[in-house]
Amino acid sequence: MDAFSLDNPHHLLASIWFAIIGLFLIFYVILDGFDLGMGILSLAAPNEQYRGAMMSSIGSIWDANETWLVIVGGTLFGAFPLVYGTVLHGLYIPITLMLLGFIMRGVSFEFYALSSRKKLWGIAFGLGSLLAVIAQGFALGGLLNGIKIENGLFTGDVFDWFSPFSLMVVLGVIAGYSVMGANYMILKFTGELQKHAYARSKIFSGWMLFFAGIVTIWTPLQYPSILERWFTLPNFFAFALLPLAALFCFYMLFRALARCEERAPFIWSLLIFMFSFIGLAASLFPYIVPGAITIDQAAAPTNTLVFMLLGIGMLIPVMIAYNIYQYSVFSGKINPDAPSHHD
Amino acid sequence: MDMLQNPEFLSRLQFAFLAMFHILWPPLTVGLAIIILGLEATWLKTKNIFYYHQTRFWIRIFMINFGVGVISGIPMEFSFGTNWGPFSIASGDFFGNILGFETAMAFMLEAGFLGIMLFGWNRVSGRMHLFATSMVVLGSTLSVFWIMVANSWMQTPAGVEYVNGKFIINDYLAAVFNPDLGHAFWHMFIACIELSLVVVAGVSAYYLLKQREIDFFLPAFKLAVLALVIITPLQILIGDSAGGALAHTQPAKLAAIEAHWETNPPGEGAAWAVLAIPDAAKQRNLWEWTIPDALSLIVTHSFTGTVVGLRDFKPEDQPPIWIPFYAFRIMLAAGVFMALMALWTAWLLWRNKTRMSHENISQNKWLLRGWILAIPAAYLAVEMGWMVREIGRQPWIVYGMMRTQHGVSELPLATVQWSLLSFFVFYLAIGIAAFYFMRHVLRQGPAYEAAPKYIKNKNRPMSPMNDGGY
Ligand code: HDD
Ligand code: HEM
Ligand code: HEM
Repeated sequence: MDAFSLDNPHHLLASIWFAIIGLFLIFYVILDGFDLGMGILSLAAPNEQYRGAMMSSIGSIWDANETWLVIVGGTLFGAFPLVYGTVLHGLYIPITLMLLGFIMRGVSFEFYALSSRKKLWGIAFGLGSLLAVIAQGFALGGLLNGIKIENGLFTGDVFDWFSPFSLMVVLGVIAGYSVMGANYMILKFTGELQKHAYARSKIFSGWMLFFAGIVTIWTPLQYPSILERWFTLPNFFAFALLPLAALFCFYMLFRALARCEERAPFIWSLLIFMFSFIGLAASLFPYIVPGAITIDQAAAPTNTLVFMLLGIGMLIPVMIAYNIYQYSVFSGKINPDAPSHHD
Repeated sequence: MDMLQNPEFLSRLQFAFLAMFHILWPPLTVGLAIIILGLEATWLKTKNIFYYHQTRFWIRIFMINFGVGVISGIPMEFSFGTNWGPFSIASGDFFGNILGFETAMAFMLEAGFLGIMLFGWNRVSGRMHLFATSMVVLGSTLSVFWIMVANSWMQTPAGVEYVNGKFIINDYLAAVFNPDLGHAFWHMFIACIELSLVVVAGVSAYYLLKQREIDFFLPAFKLAVLALVIITPLQILIGDSAGGALAHTQPAKLAAIEAHWETNPPGEGAAWAVLAIPDAAKQRNLWEWTIPDALSLIVTHSFTGTVVGLRDFKPEDQPPIWIPFYAFRIMLAAGVFMALMALWTAWLLWRNKTRMSHENISQNKWLLRGWILAIPAAYLAVEMGWMVREIGRQPWIVYGMMRTQHGVSELPLATVQWSLLSFFVFYLAIGIAAFYFMRHVLRQGPAYEAAPKYIKNKNRPMSPMNDGGY
């Protein structure tokens, strides 16, 4: 299994697309992660004014953040149609719940600003975010549980995604997103709301460490092939680096929170997400659906992969550039105690 | 009902419902963005505050509409994988690839500049803001283009072979620029512009009728009507040409649209049924009201041109007839109604200046009411046009190659019933809420905001919402 063997252009292209989609997914998880996390935290916002401030602080960017998932969907569909048609089928229920969650929170942004019944839409926003996060946790857990596929069609049960393991993943994802959300709030706000965010971040970071630990130990136990990959000798050192790096980031995160730093917590939690994600991808490769489909089996033919690389690959730097620009336009602190001029 | 016990039918119903809900929103986004770009460019050029106020007013409507468009679009993309798994696997090499292009080229561009367009008035320069608006226009137009590439390929699948249950691409460009793309893209794109102009004209007419904000809305009304004088007939021409093309690309659909059962013999014209009671079991119309030779004339532009009838197709290859037949007539009526309204109003503007003046415009009660009525007509035309197109394509999911029944995921009945019901409840609630808030914004009227500062000062401690937001 040599990822970059040039004799097999199809395998090379499939690997490139695996990496690109992984990159899009990381962007998604980090960017929508913090705004979904803030959505969860908004359920326990100290007061309505703070909830309003939390929602409006992401009003200009949530759409772009969510669009990374739309891109993941579109590129997965084109580059790995077999995965798209079987995994989504198998995860029908979590995916549908996630979409319903998106619907609830997406409309709440606008209706909150316009409505006189703020509380109603504020709660819809929080519950929608929570629903979407729970559903994403089950989808991930279900994928790691394995998707039953025979002759290129999903043949399992619609409830296969539900298991004690996937429940652990859900709890880990809720905690992780909440940490991202709280750390973004630390970065963005001043005053009382920022203090509130420090407290939340400390609690959820502890949770995240706990559940991430459980999931990290449990995943290889489910798959002998992953276990083997981790614990054979030269690999072991490489794979051991990732959890160690993540642990180091956890340490730095707690330290930054204790010192009341403003930017550092966000960056450390971002790195934790990245290391977990890379660990996951490296354990799975060359499988894209664990134990069932390899990237070579799932990948579209060479001409499609090339065409997509020309059309989308070139755009990646451009997309990143204008997203950064939009963030920079709306950068700067928000004082949530300032009276809102908005009517 | 038996049908509701059939998961395949429910998946079709669910997709149809998601699509018909989604298509209520993007056309106004696409068209209104273009109108807003024009207004904003004029504001920057003339520095006349009137255009700035116009821009800001229509942006508020744009924004509500946009949000619902986005959240209703995402379920559609995912439903290809969830409900149409076998179709996705078979067609992904092309179809999925095109959706990938749409997401990366169009949606991200739109989303990447939308925040600046909506909330950035006091954070970037005037030129930068105009640039952001134009990127939103470009993004939404590209999304129409790519989605119509995907959809028109399902109608006229060129450049591929269907081998062992999978579409193999032999000719990429032929598949992208398939025979239906031209009509499909332009008819849809012009529909977006027509619908948006009609919304501008109709909302303005409402204010004129109420004698409110006449200074603000009379110019908007006139401009929209003048544009519609060109757009509405153009749309009818494109539609006519799209119908003509069906004779070659999808004759069964054309025959269903026209409830035309028997191919007319050489030398004789085919009659056009204005109204009919088609009966698929008996393979004829139980009753019909026809105009002799008119169908040949419309389709082939000759009195005796041959138009293939439905009976030339085996019953299992025939699409349903009732919906395409009547949906087509409703679209036609709506299109002609909007064109006549535009021509009538333009004629009055030209011939009877006093009647259409600032002082007297409110007296034209029926004219203005007609424009308010044109708003639902435009939406109806879009919805009906899609029903014609998608139901007329049946029983094929990819015309002539793959049947719909072979594209659907096998799902337990209860699962699809449950998801369909959830979407239905959620969309009903959102539809009502969006309508309510649109009405709220429209009732408030223009806000006459102070001109933007157009200074770059990013670090002011303010929230995006209260900092020159919509
Ligand atoms: C403002 C909206 C609007 C108006 C006024 C019209 N249409 Fe339309 N029509 C659409 C909006 C639309 C649409 C919703 O955009 C469709 C569905 C898919 C498409 O490409 O365009 C469509 C589809 C559609 C189709 C099906 C094409 C296919 O299945 O391949 C035909 C034959 C026509 N139209 C013909 C007409 C004619 C003869 C019109 C004359 C009055 C007309 N349309 C007015
Ligand atoms: C947004 C406007 C659209 C509307 C209102 C619409 C409407 C419909 C309807 C009514 C059906 C059900 C037909 C039947 O089962 O009898 C359908 C099916 C379908 N449409 Fe569309 N459609 C739209 C756009 C699209 C586009 C742009 C695509 C492709 C990119 C598409 C792909 C499909 C597919 C895959 C099905 C399911 C299979 C089938 O029933 O043929 N639709 N649509
Ligand atoms: C002709 C029919 C369609 C047109 C003209 C259209 C156009 C648009 C436009 C302009 C948007 C931007 C949001 C908005 O303006 O409201 C949008 C959103 C979206 N549409 Fe559609 N669409 C159509 C059908 C479909 C279909 C069939 C799908 C399924 C693949 C789809 C998937 C999406 C998605 C995923 C979004 C959200 C994008 C985002 O995150 O920004 N659309 N559509």
